[in-house]
Amino acid sequence: MAEFFFFLAAIGAVGGAAGTVMLRDAFYSVLALVTHLIFLAMLFLLLRAEFVAAAQVIVYAGAVMVLYVFVVGYVGGLEAGLAGRSGPALRVISVLFAAALFVELTIALVGTGLEAINTEGAGYRAPFGEPSEVGRLFLTDYLVAFEVASLLLLVAAVGAVILARRRSGLGDANEISVTDFLKRDELTKGQGETGEMIEAGGPRGI
Amino acid sequence: MDLIWYLIVSALIFCIGAGGVLTRRNPLVVLLCLELMLNAANLALVAFARAHGDMGGQIFALMVMVVAACEVAVGLGLVVAIYRRRLPIDVDELRELQG
Repeated sequence: MAEFFFFLAAIGAVGGAAGTVMLRDAFYSVLALVTHLIFLAMLFLLLRAEFVAAAQVIVYAGAVMVLYVFVVGYVGGLEAGLAGRSGPALRVISVLFAAALFVELTIALVGTGLEAINTEGAGYRAPFGEPSEVGRLFLTDYLVAFEVASLLLLVAAVGAVILARRRSGLGDANEISVTDFLKRDELTKGQGETGEMIEAGGPRGI
Repeated sequence: MDLIWYLIVSALIFCIGAGGVLTRRNPLVVLLCLELMLNAANLALVAFARAHGDMGGQIFALMVMVVAACEVAVGLGLVVAIYRRRLPIDVDELRELQG
Protein backbone atom coordinates (compact mmCIF):
# COMPACT_ATOMS: atom_id res chain seq x y z
CA MET A 1 0.00 0.00 0.00
CA ALA A 2 2.86 2.35 0.81
CA GLU A 3 4.29 1.64 -2.64
CA PHE A 4 1.03 2.65 -4.30
CA PHE A 5 0.85 5.92 -2.41
CA PHE A 6 4.53 6.60 -3.02
CA PHE A 7 4.23 6.21 -6.76
CA LEU A 8 1.00 8.19 -6.85
CA ALA A 9 2.59 11.05 -4.94
CA ALA A 10 5.87 10.86 -6.83
CA ILE A 11 4.17 10.93 -10.23
CA GLY A 12 1.98 13.81 -9.09
CA ALA A 13 4.93 15.77 -7.75
CA VAL A 14 7.09 15.25 -10.84
CA GLY A 15 4.14 15.99 -13.12
CA GLY A 16 3.39 19.19 -11.24
CA ALA A 17 7.02 20.21 -11.49
CA ALA A 18 7.08 19.55 -15.23
CA GLY A 19 3.87 21.52 -15.64
CA THR A 20 5.36 24.45 -13.74
CA VAL A 21 8.29 24.58 -16.12
CA MET A 22 6.49 23.89 -19.37
CA LEU A 23 3.15 25.69 -19.23
CA ARG A 24 3.24 28.94 -21.13
CA ASP A 25 0.85 30.96 -18.99
CA ALA A 26 2.35 32.03 -15.65
CA PHE A 27 -1.03 31.56 -13.98
CA TYR A 28 -1.19 27.91 -14.99
CA SER A 29 2.40 27.51 -13.80
CA VAL A 30 1.32 28.68 -10.36
CA LEU A 31 -1.57 26.21 -10.35
CA ALA A 32 0.77 23.39 -11.41
CA LEU A 33 3.09 24.34 -8.55
CA VAL A 34 0.17 24.11 -6.10
CA THR A 35 -0.51 20.58 -7.36
CA HIS A 36 3.16 19.76 -6.97
CA LEU A 37 3.21 21.07 -3.40
CA ILE A 38 0.19 19.04 -2.36
CA PHE A 39 1.66 15.82 -3.74
CA LEU A 40 4.96 16.69 -2.09
CA ALA A 41 3.13 17.03 1.24
CA MET A 42 1.88 13.49 0.62
CA LEU A 43 5.49 12.32 0.25
CA PHE A 44 6.33 14.09 3.51
CA LEU A 45 3.49 12.21 5.21
CA LEU A 46 4.88 8.92 3.91
CA LEU A 47 8.21 9.91 5.50
CA ARG A 48 6.52 10.45 8.89
CA ALA A 49 6.94 14.23 8.77
CA GLU A 50 3.40 15.19 9.73
CA PHE A 51 4.12 18.72 10.86
CA VAL A 52 6.25 19.54 7.81
CA ALA A 53 3.48 18.22 5.56
CA ALA A 54 0.85 20.35 7.30
CA ALA A 55 3.08 23.43 7.18
CA GLN A 56 3.76 22.75 3.52
CA VAL A 57 0.06 22.74 2.67
CA ILE A 58 -0.89 25.69 4.87
CA VAL A 59 2.10 28.00 4.38
CA TYR A 60 3.15 27.10 0.85
CA ALA A 61 0.12 25.88 -1.00
CA GLY A 62 -2.00 28.33 0.96
CA ALA A 63 -0.30 31.61 1.74
CA VAL A 64 2.68 31.83 -0.61
CA MET A 65 0.74 30.64 -3.63
CA VAL A 66 -2.03 33.16 -2.94
CA LEU A 67 0.69 35.83 -3.05
CA TYR A 68 1.83 34.46 -6.40
CA VAL A 69 -1.70 34.42 -7.76
CA PHE A 70 -2.22 38.03 -6.71
CA VAL A 71 1.03 39.18 -8.31
CA VAL A 72 0.32 37.28 -11.52
CA GLY A 73 -3.12 38.85 -11.56
CA TYR A 74 -1.68 42.31 -10.91
CA VAL A 75 1.08 42.13 -13.47
CA GLY A 76 -1.58 40.83 -15.75
CA GLY A 77 -1.74 38.89 -18.95
CA LEU A 78 1.89 38.84 -19.89
CA GLU A 79 2.65 39.57 -23.47
CA ALA A 80 2.85 36.59 -25.73
CA GLY A 81 6.54 37.08 -26.40
CA LEU A 82 7.36 37.26 -22.74
CA ALA A 83 5.57 34.12 -21.71
CA GLY A 84 7.81 32.12 -24.02
CA ARG A 85 11.19 30.72 -23.43
CA SER A 86 14.66 31.57 -24.59
CA GLY A 87 16.05 30.84 -28.00
CA PRO A 88 16.28 27.27 -29.24
CA ALA A 89 20.04 26.91 -28.80
CA LEU A 90 19.96 28.03 -25.18
CA ARG A 91 16.95 25.84 -24.54
CA VAL A 92 18.68 22.74 -25.87
CA ILE A 93 21.79 23.49 -23.82
CA SER A 94 19.70 24.03 -20.70
CA VAL A 95 17.80 20.77 -21.12
CA LEU A 96 21.08 18.94 -21.71
CA PHE A 97 22.50 20.54 -18.58
CA ALA A 98 19.50 19.51 -16.49
CA ALA A 99 19.63 15.95 -17.86
CA ALA A 100 23.36 15.73 -17.14
CA LEU A 101 22.76 16.99 -13.62
CA PHE A 102 20.09 14.34 -13.06
CA VAL A 103 22.33 11.55 -14.36
CA GLU A 104 25.15 12.77 -12.16
CA LEU A 105 22.96 12.98 -9.06
CA THR A 106 21.49 9.55 -9.71
CA ILE A 107 24.94 8.02 -10.09
CA ALA A 108 26.01 9.70 -6.87
CA LEU A 109 22.92 8.40 -5.05
CA VAL A 110 23.05 4.85 -6.37
CA GLY A 111 26.78 4.56 -5.93
CA THR A 112 26.89 6.00 -2.47
CA GLY A 113 28.14 3.96 0.44
CA LEU A 114 25.35 5.09 2.72
CA GLU A 115 23.63 2.00 4.09
CA ALA A 116 20.61 3.74 5.50
CA ILE A 117 19.10 4.86 2.22
CA ASN A 118 18.57 1.31 1.08
CA THR A 119 16.28 0.66 4.01
CA GLU A 120 12.94 2.08 5.05
CA GLY A 121 14.68 4.24 7.63
CA ALA A 122 15.77 3.89 11.20
CA GLY A 123 13.42 3.17 14.01
CA TYR A 124 11.77 6.18 15.51
CA ARG A 125 10.12 6.87 18.80
CA ALA A 126 6.59 8.07 19.27
CA PRO A 127 6.68 11.88 18.87
CA PHE A 128 8.79 11.72 15.68
CA GLY A 129 7.51 14.37 13.29
CA GLU A 130 4.67 15.48 15.52
CA PRO A 131 4.06 19.15 16.30
CA SER A 132 4.94 18.69 19.97
CA GLU A 133 8.39 17.39 19.10
CA VAL A 134 8.96 20.13 16.51
CA GLY A 135 7.98 22.76 19.07
CA ARG A 136 10.21 21.26 21.72
CA LEU A 137 13.21 21.20 19.39
CA PHE A 138 12.60 24.75 18.18
CA LEU A 139 12.52 26.06 21.71
CA THR A 140 15.49 24.06 22.98
CA ASP A 141 18.10 22.81 20.52
CA TYR A 142 17.31 25.16 17.64
CA LEU A 143 16.34 28.29 19.54
CA VAL A 144 18.89 30.54 17.82
CA ALA A 145 17.74 29.44 14.37
CA PHE A 146 14.14 30.07 15.42
CA GLU A 147 14.87 33.63 16.55
CA VAL A 148 16.99 34.41 13.50
CA ALA A 149 14.12 33.18 11.33
CA SER A 150 11.74 35.65 12.96
CA LEU A 151 14.21 38.49 12.32
CA LEU A 152 14.62 37.33 8.70
CA LEU A 153 10.86 37.35 8.18
CA LEU A 154 10.66 40.88 9.57
CA VAL A 155 13.42 42.11 7.27
CA ALA A 156 11.79 40.44 4.28
CA ALA A 157 8.40 41.96 5.08
CA VAL A 158 9.86 45.47 5.40
CA GLY A 159 11.88 44.97 2.24
CA ALA A 160 8.86 43.80 0.28
CA VAL A 161 6.80 46.78 1.43
CA ILE A 162 9.55 49.25 0.48
CA LEU A 163 10.14 47.62 -2.89
CA ALA A 164 6.50 47.39 -3.87
CA ARG A 165 5.28 50.63 -2.31
CA ARG A 166 3.04 53.01 -4.19
CA ARG A 167 5.07 55.93 -5.43
CA SER A 168 3.49 59.34 -5.24
CA GLY A 169 4.23 60.50 -8.74
CA LEU A 170 6.25 60.21 -11.86
CA GLY A 171 8.97 62.49 -10.50
CA ASP A 172 10.59 59.90 -8.34
CA ALA A 173 9.80 56.90 -10.43
CA ASN A 174 13.47 56.31 -11.01
CA GLU A 175 14.32 56.32 -7.34
CA ILE A 176 14.60 52.92 -5.79
CA SER A 177 17.20 53.50 -3.08
CA VAL A 178 16.05 52.82 0.44
CA THR A 179 18.11 55.63 1.95
CA ASP A 180 16.60 58.18 -0.41
CA PHE A 181 13.23 56.89 0.52
CA LEU A 182 13.89 57.24 4.24
CA LYS A 183 15.42 60.71 3.85
CA ARG A 184 12.30 62.07 2.24
CA ASP A 185 10.29 61.02 5.31
CA GLU A 186 7.60 59.68 3.06
CA LEU A 187 6.69 57.21 5.72
CA THR A 188 5.15 59.89 7.90
CA LYS A 189 3.47 61.79 5.14
CA GLY A 190 0.38 59.66 5.07
CA GLN A 191 -1.84 58.92 2.15
CA GLY A 192 -3.20 62.44 1.73
CA GLU A 193 -1.56 63.29 -1.54
CA THR A 194 -3.01 61.56 -4.49
CA GLY A 195 -0.33 61.19 -7.06
CA GLU A 196 -0.53 60.04 -10.58
CA MET A 197 -0.97 56.35 -10.51
CA ILE A 198 1.87 55.33 -12.68
CA GLU A 199 1.01 51.75 -12.19
CA ALA A 200 -2.26 52.23 -13.99
CA GLY A 201 -0.56 52.49 -17.34
CA GLY A 202 1.03 49.11 -17.49
CA PRO A 203 4.41 48.32 -18.89
CA ARG A 204 5.96 50.43 -21.59
CA GLY A 205 4.79 49.28 -24.96
CA ILE A 206 6.34 45.91 -25.41
CA MET B 1 9.63 2.03 0.12
CA ASP B 2 13.39 2.34 0.29
CA LEU B 3 14.55 5.86 0.90
CA ILE B 4 16.65 5.90 -2.27
CA TRP B 5 13.43 6.29 -4.27
CA TYR B 6 12.58 9.44 -2.40
CA LEU B 7 16.07 10.78 -3.06
CA ILE B 8 15.80 10.01 -6.78
CA VAL B 9 12.45 11.81 -6.96
CA SER B 10 14.12 14.70 -5.15
CA ALA B 11 16.97 14.77 -7.68
CA LEU B 12 14.49 14.67 -10.57
CA ILE B 13 12.46 17.58 -9.20
CA PHE B 14 15.65 19.55 -8.58
CA CYS B 15 16.80 19.04 -12.16
CA ILE B 16 13.40 20.01 -13.56
CA GLY B 17 13.58 23.19 -11.50
CA ALA B 18 17.14 23.92 -12.62
CA GLY B 19 16.16 23.46 -16.24
CA GLY B 20 13.23 25.82 -15.73
CA VAL B 21 15.43 28.49 -14.17
CA LEU B 22 17.72 28.28 -17.18
CA THR B 23 15.07 28.27 -19.90
CA ARG B 24 12.26 30.53 -18.74
CA ARG B 25 12.45 34.30 -19.22
CA ASN B 26 9.55 35.45 -17.08
CA PRO B 27 10.93 36.30 -13.59
CA LEU B 28 7.73 35.04 -11.98
CA VAL B 29 8.24 31.60 -13.48
CA VAL B 30 11.93 31.73 -12.56
CA LEU B 31 10.85 32.26 -8.94
CA LEU B 32 8.44 29.34 -9.22
CA CYS B 33 11.26 27.13 -10.50
CA LEU B 34 13.43 28.24 -7.59
CA GLU B 35 10.63 27.06 -5.32
CA LEU B 36 10.79 23.70 -7.06
CA MET B 37 14.51 23.41 -6.34
CA LEU B 38 14.03 24.36 -2.69
CA ASN B 39 11.25 21.81 -2.34
CA ALA B 40 13.44 19.11 -3.83
CA ALA B 41 16.07 19.93 -1.22
CA ASN B 42 13.35 19.76 1.45
CA LEU B 43 12.34 16.30 0.30
CA ALA B 44 15.95 15.10 0.53
CA LEU B 45 16.29 16.62 4.01
CA VAL B 46 13.13 14.93 5.26
CA ALA B 47 14.20 11.63 3.70
CA PHE B 48 17.54 11.80 5.51
CA ALA B 49 15.78 12.72 8.72
CA ARG B 50 13.77 9.52 8.30
CA ALA B 51 16.94 7.57 7.53
CA HIS B 52 18.58 8.63 10.78
CA GLY B 53 15.48 8.72 12.93
CA ASP B 54 16.52 12.26 13.87
CA MET B 55 14.25 15.29 13.72
CA GLY B 56 17.05 17.68 12.76
CA GLY B 57 16.38 17.27 9.05
CA GLN B 58 12.73 18.18 9.47
CA ILE B 59 13.67 21.30 11.45
CA PHE B 60 16.07 22.21 8.65
CA ALA B 61 13.29 21.71 6.11
CA LEU B 62 11.08 24.10 8.06
CA MET B 63 13.88 26.68 8.08
CA VAL B 64 14.23 26.27 4.31
CA MET B 65 10.51 27.02 4.03
CA VAL B 66 10.98 30.22 6.05
CA VAL B 67 13.84 31.35 3.81
CA ALA B 68 11.79 30.48 0.73
CA ALA B 69 8.89 32.59 2.01
CA CYS B 70 11.27 35.55 2.48
CA GLU B 71 12.69 35.03 -0.98
CA VAL B 72 9.20 35.01 -2.46
CA ALA B 73 8.21 38.20 -0.64
CA VAL B 74 11.27 40.11 -1.83
CA GLY B 75 11.20 38.59 -5.30
CA LEU B 76 7.56 39.40 -5.89
CA GLY B 77 8.18 42.91 -4.51
CA LEU B 78 10.90 43.29 -7.12
CA VAL B 79 8.57 42.07 -9.88
CA VAL B 80 5.92 44.58 -8.83
CA ALA B 81 8.56 47.36 -8.70
CA ILE B 82 9.78 46.41 -12.17
CA TYR B 83 6.22 46.48 -13.45
CA ARG B 84 5.54 49.88 -11.92
CA ARG B 85 8.69 51.36 -13.39
CA ARG B 86 7.42 50.15 -16.76
CA LEU B 87 10.45 48.08 -17.46
CA PRO B 88 10.06 44.93 -19.51
CA ILE B 89 9.30 41.94 -17.32
CA ASP B 90 11.91 39.73 -18.90
CA VAL B 91 15.10 38.52 -17.28
CA ASP B 92 16.90 38.73 -20.61
CA GLU B 93 16.06 42.42 -20.97
CA LEU B 94 16.87 43.43 -17.40
CA ARG B 95 20.62 43.48 -17.76
CA GLU B 96 21.55 46.89 -16.44
CA LEU B 97 23.29 45.36 -13.45
CA GLN B 98 25.65 43.45 -15.66
CA GLY B 99 29.23 44.64 -15.36
